[in-house]
Amino acid sequence: MNIATTVLAILIYLIAAPLVGGLLAGVDRIISARMQGRYGPPLLQPFYDVLKLWQKENILVNRQQKVYVLSFFVFVLVAGGIMFGGGDLLLAVFALTLAGVFLVIAAYSTFSPYAHIGAEREMLQMVAYEPMVILTTVGMYMTTKSFSSFDIVQEESLLFLRLPFIFLGFLFILTIKFRKSPFDISMSHHAHQEIVRGLTTEFSGRDLALIEVAHWYENVFLLGLVYLFFAAVPAVAVTVTLATYFLEVFIDNNNARLKWQHALGSAWLVTLVLGVSNVILLAFR
Amino acid sequence: MQTVVFLILFPLAAAFLLLAVPRGRIRTIVVSVSAALIALAAIVLTAQVLGREAQFFEAGGHVTDVLIFAAEAALGLIITVISFRRRQYLAAALMLASLIMTVVYEVKLAGEARVTYNLFVDNLSVVMALIIGVIGSLIAFFALGYMEAYHRHHPDVPDRSNFFFFIVFAFLGAMNGLVFANNLLWLFFFWEVTTFCSFFLIGYGRDAVATRNAFLALKFNLIGGLAFSAAICLLTLNAHTVALSELPSAAAGAVLLPVALLAFAGLTKSAQMPFSAWLLGAMVAPTPVSALLHSSTMVKAGVYLVIRLSPVFTFVDGGKTVGLFVALVGAVTFLLASCMAVSQGDAKRVLAYSTIANLGLIILCAGLGGPKLTWAAIMLVIFHAIAKSLLFLAVGTVEHAAGSRQIESMDGLVGYLPRVAAAMIVGIAGMFLAPFGMLISKWATLEGLVDANPILTIFVAFGSAVTLMFWVKWLGKILIIKSAPENIETHVPGTQSVTLGVLSLMTALVCVLFPLVSKYFLEPFILATYSSGYWQNAQNIAILLIMMAVVLILSLPLVFPGQKERSFRPQYLGGANLAAKEKFHGAMGQDIQVTLKSMYLQNIFGESRLFPLGVVSSLILIIIMLGVVV
Repeated sequence: MNIATTVLAILIYLIAAPLVGGLLAGVDRIISARMQGRYGPPLLQPFYDVLKLWQKENILVNRQQKVYVLSFFVFVLVAGGIMFGGGDLLLAVFALTLAGVFLVIAAYSTFSPYAHIGAEREMLQMVAYEPMVILTTVGMYMTTKSFSSFDIVQEESLLFLRLPFIFLGFLFILTIKFRKSPFDISMSHHAHQEIVRGLTTEFSGRDLALIEVAHWYENVFLLGLVYLFFAAVPAVAVTVTLATYFLEVFIDNNNARLKWQHALGSAWLVTLVLGVSNVILLAFR
Repeated sequence: MQTVVFLILFPLAAAFLLLAVPRGRIRTIVVSVSAALIALAAIVLTAQVLGREAQFFEAGGHVTDVLIFAAEAALGLIITVISFRRRQYLAAALMLASLIMTVVYEVKLAGEARVTYNLFVDNLSVVMALIIGVIGSLIAFFALGYMEAYHRHHPDVPDRSNFFFFIVFAFLGAMNGLVFANNLLWLFFFWEVTTFCSFFLIGYGRDAVATRNAFLALKFNLIGGLAFSAAICLLTLNAHTVALSELPSAAAGAVLLPVALLAFAGLTKSAQMPFSAWLLGAMVAPTPVSALLHSSTMVKAGVYLVIRLSPVFTFVDGGKTVGLFVALVGAVTFLLASCMAVSQGDAKRVLAYSTIANLGLIILCAGLGGPKLTWAAIMLVIFHAIAKSLLFLAVGTVEHAAGSRQIESMDGLVGYLPRVAAAMIVGIAGMFLAPFGMLISKWATLEGLVDANPILTIFVAFGSAVTLMFWVKWLGKILIIKSAPENIETHVPGTQSVTLGVLSLMTALVCVLFPLVSKYFLEPFILATYSSGYWQNAQNIAILLIMMAVVLILSLPLVFPGQKERSFRPQYLGGANLAAKEKFHGAMGQDIQVTLKSMYLQNIFGESRLFPLGVVSSLILIIIMLGVVV
């Protein structure tokens, strides 16, 4: 992959990802509404929300928090840039972790009880999903002999066929990463789940808008990982990716929030059973 | 060669000088000058050795051998007597057994094995010498101010700081000897000296706890020492050589069991499960001691030896199995120690568990061997040495300035001790955060493991996840912003601020310059050992450097706040804030100050649950490892 195409790929990602992510969020809200017997907002509502947040006053508790939020935003973009630019998947995952750390620190810095609890739960979520994400990249390496997403996407056989359990495990932790019930424990977009919105309690205005857009970028990044499992047949890959998103919306609407103990315990159990068995199978074939 | 001998003998000379020098300005001068000279000598040695092949020196003859034997016997006798007087009969028995083995060896077997070259130096020795010379010396310098304050804070502890500095410098000399020794008899002598030095340093406080923990460390390390001398005897009998450099090319039958025993000794010294307890106990010592034991001396001797053995695992028939079990002990230790660190509230204990975990990761890499994992192992040693010494010294500084080393009490540290907090943040970032320090090596570890033994990546995947948790919650505590904190930075002695500053700078520099460190220090060594190299992908290095630059740019507004003043609102406290920030009107009609505590997950990651598990599983692994070769 030469530099020009890399730059082009990254640029397309930077511009298109928030559009795709925002549209998906809009679809999410419509589907959710229909599942609940409501009509739902217009498709573009998430964009209107972000625009409105952008125009609101940015109320801050301290000088530092917006720096951390910006850092979070930038490193979510960096993570996606690395993956869509054809780079090393492990590095992309590490960049995403760094982004997560910045978000947690932002919440910590406010010294607010609600944000503090949200920050700790966010950290627990990271502990819950991280092993599975790493094993996913490990599994992809074991089948393609490369960590580079450029090499993985060109693999001629379906990764899914050799990584079926890892794919299922990844789907499981995807619910945590998408911030969907039953694992939306650090902050929930359902008003009935919490009175004060955990991690983001002390963020408002532009910072909250940035967090929302970063979430869109992150979702596209994660769906990109799903795509890689089926990259050999693009039509299947796109279908599965969209189906995955629909599945997550479906799960979200059919579950109430669980305790963090269950999130951590079940995620690790799933990783141990599905992820580990798949790695062992690959190692011995 | 003069530089090598200087690096071994000069610290010893300085040590004896410090025994005689009174405390105060003269000691400050002697310590500073000696520390500077040792660091300088290590740098000179680097200039002499870098870019050349390994050099071997005959260094000494019969007289030196006799002197070393005499010193070893004398030290052994002293320790035996001390153990008896303290009624530590097990320690005395172990020491006595070791002493008898040494004497019997000298009388019966010494003629059987000839070593032409007693000393050698290659890139790995140079890396270690730099760590010992630069970081070790900095810690000695830091101790100047710290020990004064320590005795002010602990009036009940008798001031034996002359003896303290004597041991510290002797320790540095012994460590240098250890990394330059090619003759295993010499290496063993220095090995035992480091055990004795740590024994004296841990027991410095002389109270019941300090004494008990000092003997605990002594006992564990003497067990390792016994394994070491058994390895030497077996090597002499079967392989007729005690030269470190000849082990990879020796016959499998003669060398496997001794190498397994040496690896066992390495596991004890680097506090792997099931021997981790001694390093946790060592926390009772003054903080510079912890910094010394954890970063540049003692535990690094253990991993150094295992890294030296990893070519044997690779090249000798059946060595791979031994290496695999060594690696498994490291893997188990990494995972469990990382988990237990989550449950700790005492900053020094968190650091201790993190050290044990990282040493486990190094042992994991070294046990499997091969170019990529050796690269990762040495990188881990370097980054860990710098960042961990920085963190220990920062915690020690906070403890003296603010009166506690509990992480819970570090709320808003960045407000009242901004520079110390900055040093701590640099250290923590260097320990786990992408794109810095340890993460670069952890990344190489993962890449290497997938090729070598993918199943072991599972340990790293889970271990890294919990590592994140204990560091982030600490980092978060430091970075809490409280209203109008009082800056108490002036309470920090100058020697301490300087050391923290230098170490922070070094952490940052090594992070940025790691491609150069890799190119000039690591790659030639790996090429010489495995005749194939490991070069990091240039594209990934570029991404890492870009990420570092981005972090730097983003953090600028934190370091240099703009002129623009804006008003801040108090945080949400359930709708009943009081005019004073961080206070609210409680349900019982009282005004309550906000306090926030972290999660420690005792029920999941508590020591009482996981430590026994670690001891049992690693013991089984070690028994199998020794069983396989016997």
